[in-house]
Amino acid sequence: MAARTLTLGKALNEGLRKALEADPKVLIMGEDVGRLGGVFRVTDGLQKDFGEDRVIDTPLAESGIVGTAVGLAIRGFRPVCEIQFDGFVFPAFDQIVSQVAKMRYRSAGHVALPITIRIPYGGGIGAVEHHSESPETYFAHTPGLKVVTCSNPADAYSMIQQAVSCDDPIVFFEPKRRYWDKAEVDTDAAPAPLWTARVARAGTDVTVITYGPSVRTCLEAAAAAESEGRDIEVIDLRALSPIDWGAVVESVTKTQHAVVVAEAPVFASLSAEVAARISERCFYSLEAPVLRVGGYSTPYPTSRVEEDFLPDLDRILDAVDRSLAF
Amino acid sequence: MTEALRPQPSEGPEFVQLLTPEGERVAHPDYDLEISDEEIRGLYRDLLMVRRIDTEATALQRQGELGLWASLLGQEAAQVGAGRALTASDFAFPTYREHGVAFCKGVDPVTLLGLFRGTSQGGWDPYQNGFGLYTIVIGSQTLHATGYAMGLQRDGGDGAAMAFFGDGASSQGDVNEAFVWASVFNAPVVFFCQNNQWAISEPLEKQTRIPLYRRAQGFGFPGVRVDGNDVLAVLAVTRQALARAREGSGPTLVEAWTYRMGAHTTSDDPTRYRLAAELETWKLKDPIERVKAHLSRSGGADATFFAEVDTAADELAAHLRAGCLALPDPDPITLFDNVYAEGSSLLDEEREQCAAYLASFAAAGH
Ligand SMILES: Cc1ncc(C[n+]2csc(CCOP(=O)(O)OP(=O)(O)O)c2C)c(N)n1
Ligand SMILES: [Mg+2]
Repeated sequence: MAARTLTLGKALNEGLRKALEADPKVLIMGEDVGRLGGVFRVTDGLQKDFGEDRVIDTPLAESGIVGTAVGLAIRGFRPVCEIQFDGFVFPAFDQIVSQVAKMRYRSAGHVALPITIRIPYGGGIGAVEHHSESPETYFAHTPGLKVVTCSNPADAYSMIQQAVSCDDPIVFFEPKRRYWDKAEVDTDAAPAPLWTARVARAGTDVTVITYGPSVRTCLEAAAAAESEGRDIEVIDLRALSPIDWGAVVESVTKTQHAVVVAEAPVFASLSAEVAARISERCFYSLEAPVLRVGGYSTPYPTSRVEEDFLPDLDRILDAVDRSLAF
Repeated sequence: MTEALRPQPSEGPEFVQLLTPEGERVAHPDYDLEISDEEIRGLYRDLLMVRRIDTEATALQRQGELGLWASLLGQEAAQVGAGRALTASDFAFPTYREHGVAFCKGVDPVTLLGLFRGTSQGGWDPYQNGFGLYTIVIGSQTLHATGYAMGLQRDGGDGAAMAFFGDGASSQGDVNEAFVWASVFNAPVVFFCQNNQWAISEPLEKQTRIPLYRRAQGFGFPGVRVDGNDVLAVLAVTRQALARAREGSGPTLVEAWTYRMGAHTTSDDPTRYRLAAELETWKLKDPIERVKAHLSRSGGADATFFAEVDTAADELAAHLRAGCLALPDPDPITLFDNVYAEGSSLLDEEREQCAAYLASFAAAGH
């Protein structure tokens, strides 16, 4: 077993390296990804080892990054685009939603666009505006796109490789405040399929369904709840579109209580989708309405109050209490 | 990234310079500047104040009082030249680095710190000084400036708009669309590009194969490249561009040729991607030293004047520091403010829930 301690950022870096080695058609493109190795160093050293033709510092234009990735993919390449921060994906939104998402459908299956769009997302790093957003719902809402997010180094390492080798376009969200989280990664282990959720912590009383940066927060909440005699099961969705409903239904059927946690504003969000599905599929098992903890319906606020916006231990446990007390 | 790859603009009419790095006044056929010693002393004072604001803010960031700072070090002349060309009826649309323009527009520099300290998202009133909010999403503000200029055309306003942006931004679709709009509508807008040679780690040649100012020609309006470290040249060129805009002759692209002497922001480490030698050559073109040399040599200012300005700069720095430390942390419940003009039932409900939740902590004595 090749177990190594890696940060989540380094695990992505190693995963991308594997992907570049595995397929000469894989390209990395984005702002500052080459010489600098990305502002989070996720592509560190890759240009040096794979050359400027494969690890490309692009002009500063996100629509250009994704739009040219479409052309490269039509020509048989497998581009991995980096969007520097969540708040900067929107100049590329048209290319992603109107072109990337629809090309296979419009071409009656003749054109595949195996594009991976990596986006560091989420808050909690004390950043200035446009650097802390959670735009995953826009993409999950768009037919033709698949959306995934990792929460830990081991998943980061395997999921990025699985995403790059997938023939469908994937928006790959990276929990930026967890880039520095460390864990053992077994680089030889056979990974779980990309489209499966993971029981991050087994429990019996309440199911907390979450993903990305909130997984760790929910695990910490579960650890805190344990001392008060509540046993929380934490489900890490990993794939946000499509969602592994089997894992969710199995858990909620067992615990009969569900709380959904994510940083994005709750209104009309992925959390709303999860809550609705649980109501449909677990109606007779539920002892309480499905509760949601997330961001408010405001723009992401300034950093001095972001902790009041983000789901934290207290808000998660408050929802768990309300669910159990129902 | 070597000098060979990055030829310096030749001296000649293509590169407008009125004050050499050594402090010599030189003439330019198209850009004459009648300027008194008193006015030059004023510009020197501005340059020094602006640099002091910047170094103090950098120090505040290092001491943990700001989360981030985007330094303008090296770009003082570009910003003061443009900032002093602007009049009260002109409206500036900045990036996140235009602290010098803000100063010239009369914005108290403390106001700028909220965004970087995390106590606000800017929050100043753009109408008060004709200085828009800082714009972090690269290039967006160039369209806003163009639209504002179209508004001036339609309501008979007598000012002009000025859009600030960088060499990296010149690649964005929004910026190119702004050029099209401004050209087609003959809008009274000046596009002021500070070409500081870098977009984070990417050198100019990752964005363009021709000098940026020449792009204007393809869009149908004039472009001019000015020594961005020469405050007199920037003032002359920008004044003329603004005058053109105000008299109805349409947009101009001004490319201020300058250099980002510091890191991209305090989060960045430029030693990873650029050579120290480049910095050394630009140090010789310092925008402040040349004005000082000129004033000293011409007798336009004496040691007493320079000492006075230093003292004033120290006072401004003290004001900035005190103002920064006094910036209040927002009350959490205010994060619901100013989302809508007419409120929203959704937001009202969430605000109420949040208030009750926060109150439960107060009640529990947390
Ligand atoms: C749409 C968008 N993409 C990416 C970024 C991240 N980013 C911030 S500044 C910057 C470089 C800007 O370079 P330039 O336009 O030359 O301005 P400078 O910072 O040199 O003043 C980048 C890529 C951003 N803020 N907005
Ligand atoms: Mg630049």
